[in-house]
Amino acid sequence: MSDLNTAMIEKYRSSFLKEVEANVEEGEWVKMCMQCGVCSGSCPLGKHWEHPPQEIFMMIRAGKRDDVLSSDSMWMCTSCYNCIARCPRGLPITHIMHGLAVYSKRLGLTPQKQPTAEFSQIFWDNLMKKGRVNELKLGLSMYFKDGFGQGIKNAMANQKLGQNMMKAKRMNAMEFFGGHSVKDLSGFQKMVKKAQEIEEGNIKDFK
Amino acid sequence: MADDKKFAGYVCTGCGLGERLDAGQLETTATRDGKMQSCKQHEMLCSAEGVQMIKDDIANDDVTHVMIAACSRRAKVEAFNFTDVALTRANLREGVIWVRPDTDENKETTQEMADDYIRMACAELKSMAKPSASGEQSLNKNILVVGGGITGMTAAIEAAAAGYPVHLVEKNGALGGAVGSYYKVIPTRSPYDAPAENPVPALSEAIEADGNITVHLNSTITKTDGAPGRFSVDIATESGSTETISIGAIIQASGWKPYDANQLPEFAYGKSQDVVTNHELEALAVAANGGPIKRPSDGKEVQSVCFIQNAGQCSDKDGHLTYFAGVTDLVSIKQAMYFKELNGECDTTILFDNLRTPGAGGEDFYRAGQNAMVTFSKGIASEVVPGDSLTVKFEDKILNEQTEMACDLVVLATGMEPNSGPDPYAQLTVDMAEDEEEKAKAQAILENAPPSILNLQYRQGTDLPHLKNGFTDSHFICFPYETRRTGIYSAGPVRRPMDIQQARDDATGAALKAIQAAENAGLGRAAHPRSGDLSFPSFRKEGCTQCKRCTVECPFGAINEDEEGYPMYNESRCRRCGTCMGACPVRVISFENYSVETVNQQIKNVDIPEEWDEKPRILVLACENDAYPALDQAAQAGVEINPWARVIPVRCLGSVSLSWVTDALNNGYDGIVMMGCRRDDDYQCHFVRGSAMAAERMSKVGDTLDTLNLEPERVILHEVAITDVERAPQLINDMAETVEKIGLSPFKF
Repeated sequence: MSDLNTAMIEKYRSSFLKEVEANVEEGEWVKMCMQCGVCSGSCPLGKHWEHPPQEIFMMIRAGKRDDVLSSDSMWMCTSCYNCIARCPRGLPITHIMHGLAVYSKRLGLTPQKQPTAEFSQIFWDNLMKKGRVNELKLGLSMYFKDGFGQGIKNAMANQKLGQNMMKAKRMNAMEFFGGHSVKDLSGFQKMVKKAQEIEEGNIKDFK
Repeated sequence: MADDKKFAGYVCTGCGLGERLDAGQLETTATRDGKMQSCKQHEMLCSAEGVQMIKDDIANDDVTHVMIAACSRRAKVEAFNFTDVALTRANLREGVIWVRPDTDENKETTQEMADDYIRMACAELKSMAKPSASGEQSLNKNILVVGGGITGMTAAIEAAAAGYPVHLVEKNGALGGAVGSYYKVIPTRSPYDAPAENPVPALSEAIEADGNITVHLNSTITKTDGAPGRFSVDIATESGSTETISIGAIIQASGWKPYDANQLPEFAYGKSQDVVTNHELEALAVAANGGPIKRPSDGKEVQSVCFIQNAGQCSDKDGHLTYFAGVTDLVSIKQAMYFKELNGECDTTILFDNLRTPGAGGEDFYRAGQNAMVTFSKGIASEVVPGDSLTVKFEDKILNEQTEMACDLVVLATGMEPNSGPDPYAQLTVDMAEDEEEKAKAQAILENAPPSILNLQYRQGTDLPHLKNGFTDSHFICFPYETRRTGIYSAGPVRRPMDIQQARDDATGAALKAIQAAENAGLGRAAHPRSGDLSFPSFRKEGCTQCKRCTVECPFGAINEDEEGYPMYNESRCRRCGTCMGACPVRVISFENYSVETVNQQIKNVDIPEEWDEKPRILVLACENDAYPALDQAAQAGVEINPWARVIPVRCLGSVSLSWVTDALNNGYDGIVMMGCRRDDDYQCHFVRGSAMAAERMSKVGDTLDTLNLEPERVILHEVAITDVERAPQLINDMAETVEKIGLSPFKF
């Protein structure tokens, strides 16, 4: 059978839905969507989404695996929880969006330079170093993520804000050198590693 | 009681009547103008004491005719319930004091209004007799149920449980009907999470065990003669034997038939064996015998199935059903769950546009389907391409694209058609058609008429009249079970599309109505809406011209003709609307307490002031079902009505005799307002055709006005609903304005 036929046969089959159920956090809720569109209408950023949640759910059922997982849409979610509050079927839509984002990231299908994805990675890396977030370094990493020149520009633009924060003792320049860590850093890192192993073990292979 | 008539009037002075009106004068009016032999006042006539006073007079003074001048005839009916006398009510409260302002300058006209209502009531009473049953039939408790499906079986069980012997007639060799061959049914009990067991075997067992139910299998009805309480029904078996049974009331539960999917070539029905209807899928599920469902073409286990919702229904396309079967979305969910139960990893898609899951458990069942991984896709299928694997082409309405999917089996969610007999008025519809297209459609219905189910020996045809699409006609708002043939109740999907639970509820209701009809017939009482009425139409044979208008125009087909062409009223078929009375050109039809004369006397006994008095008179003929209660409610709300109006309640606008209009105009009335119920396809007339008949007859009233040289605006007919509390009085007041504009009638003598 040609690839085209295979692709057609996969349409409106539940294989991708089953994959989402198995591998995406809260994915088992996707089948319960009744396509009313309240989520899409409630999303404050809805018009900026290429595929609003209602559509994403339908695409999952229609078997559009690549379109969903390489989409920018679920990264647009700001966790305002409007959709969750309003969904008549009680779907945890915000969580599903984050679950889909995580799954797409795990599979390496996230669009390049997706700002939310980039920030999430920087945040994670920062957190892993000391077991807690070093806000100064997090800020700087964000400033300089697009190169040194752009970083300087970003820093100058926010100069005043930084100074005020330091004056108000909301930020400490000394944190640049090492910074605080959690009490048992190696224990923390072991714990995270173990958690990742468990999670990895739970992922079912659908490809 | 001897032939001596004794007339007594009673004037109530409670509820402010005594303060607003001169009761002494009312009494004088009743005795002097109204010729009451006695007239008494009471400060609260509806009290135990007041009622006792009337009772005592009936018992001790042999009073035979009672006129009560108090509130509306719709109020205090329990208190003023004197069964042994002829009774009339002058409506002074809702009719007079509540619709007129309490001021000095209005005192005179208000008193005139009250005096007139007393004169009218007395005059009516003079030409009334106490109604009593004819004794034409006695109590016959046998109930006939036609159709042995879910509805018929339930009706039989319910009627038998109430102690009424049932004859259950089924044309097939086994009970069960359409559902009998189903694998499972839509759940009717919480938690509504899976298809439920078929109820037919349990119902069959219950019927077999019931000594009160006689089952006639392989049988049809070849003749139904008579009337409620004395139906004579011929039941013929396939083998040729016929049995005649006497029946009290009938329930027609002839069910439904599946839509003919051959009219759906776009979905490859008939071209591919693997395209089946929802009805046919049940057989595949049963044939699977607990194993996986196999497709018909090659016996392959179905691994993917697509349901196409609204196939050939909810559509204006030629040959499609315009209406929705109501249950087919639930049916598809149920059937999709068959595949989840029997076929393991089978992909199951339901293509819907509007998913409707009515009923208590509908939403839960939908959720259960989703939980079972049935894929619900909002899309409209355009084509099914046959092949080893079927291709369904459709528009995905969420993703906004033309797309397609492959599957092993396609199930078409087609609609339900009523399994009714031929429409007795099919020929009439052809004759009345307004254009050629309509005529051709009506002609096609007439030519493709199904065989009769009841074979009624009625003047107006063999079966129950249809409303639309072959479903039984009934007063769908207030009396859904009542058909247009008294004592014959339709239930289940022959009445409207419905699911099993609804059909069972419907059957229970119809069983109770049938029992009620049999009991009423035994007592000589009417069915709705004049339930309990003992009066019935009779005619003066010497005057009858055998014109057949009454036999043709009776909305309930109650009247047959004898060999000479005289009407035979079959009074237990009669609803007492009086449409025959309104139809009769020679005015020979009457009821004991309602006749051309009783109304005519009321019209004539209104005091018509001389022209120079500048007090016009407006006659209002108000339907007692909707218009009159609307006026009562208006009175309660304090809406003013013009003091020139004199309202006469009529049983139905269909009972209005054209002579009333002519006589009223000749007597010097300045305007006539007639108020009846809505009469189009969505009619609200309690007697179905009464209001429409009235409108047709009154369309000729223009000629009368022409001959009298009167303005056409003087007579008007309105459709009034019971909710028209503001509008009904306004219509009367509008006529008063019209009269003011065009001037008083010249016919005042």
